[in-house]
Amino acid sequence: MSESLNFHFDVDGDNFVSAGQASVQVKKNLRRLGLPPEIIRQVSIALYEGEINMVIHAGGGEADINVYEDRIVIVLADKGPGIPDINLAMQEGYSTATENVRSLGFGAGMGLPNMKRYTDEMKIESEVGVGTTITMCVYLK
Amino acid sequence: MMTVKELSEKYSLKAASMPEPEREIRGGYIGDLLSWVMGRAQADNAWITIMTNINIAAVGALSDVAVIIIAEGAVPDINVIETAEEKGINILLTDKTAYEIAVLISADI
Repeated sequence: MSESLNFHFDVDGDNFVSAGQASVQVKKNLRRLGLPPEIIRQVSIALYEGEINMVIHAGGGEADINVYEDRIVIVLADKGPGIPDINLAMQEGYSTATENVRSLGFGAGMGLPNMKRYTDEMKIESEVGVGTTITMCVYLK
Repeated sequence: MMTVKELSEKYSLKAASMPEPEREIRGGYIGDLLSWVMGRAQADNAWITIMTNINIAAVGALSDVAVIIIAEGAVPDINVIETAEEKGINILLTDKTAYEIAVLISADI
């Protein structure tokens, strides 16, 4: 694969106030690169949903965004509890978030479905008790 | 079509934050579930909500809405307003319900 530009972020666990910092920064960086607004919107929303998921469920994690000539690849890795049933987790409206999280406007069961909606490829690797890695790809057509 | 500043003036909507007054509004979306909003709201929409927590600034920025209109007289904390200013997010306030304000501004956006 050709050379890429990498942005790396550590995502704090249990911190809803700082959640979104990586997404907003990436949005700025992609704008500077002159990418189309709709691509930037897709990448930043998918990344934000991933950040929020890591804050809600996994006590934080790491986000890597690689910009290639023809695609943007987002890798989100955490050492959280893992996802026991990925098909169930992918259903719109299914959520294991707490009431407290819901009162903030999250936990609607739209996080993973939105990540799939806004990316061209998405792969979830998860092991219960070990963690989850999500790889998403947005094509630069 | 109308800018955020024009909308604010025409309907006496108080500006909690207006770093981009000339931003044009195209259509609207009403919702309080943030992921739902990110999944459905379109760029340049007016997003009408009753949520006031800090995450609305991030959601507003990422979904690229033109303005967040906070309905029902709800008021965001000062840190939300500061974050919105920083991120270039316009926030207007109204005492009307989400439905009432949507009906009122619908012909203009």
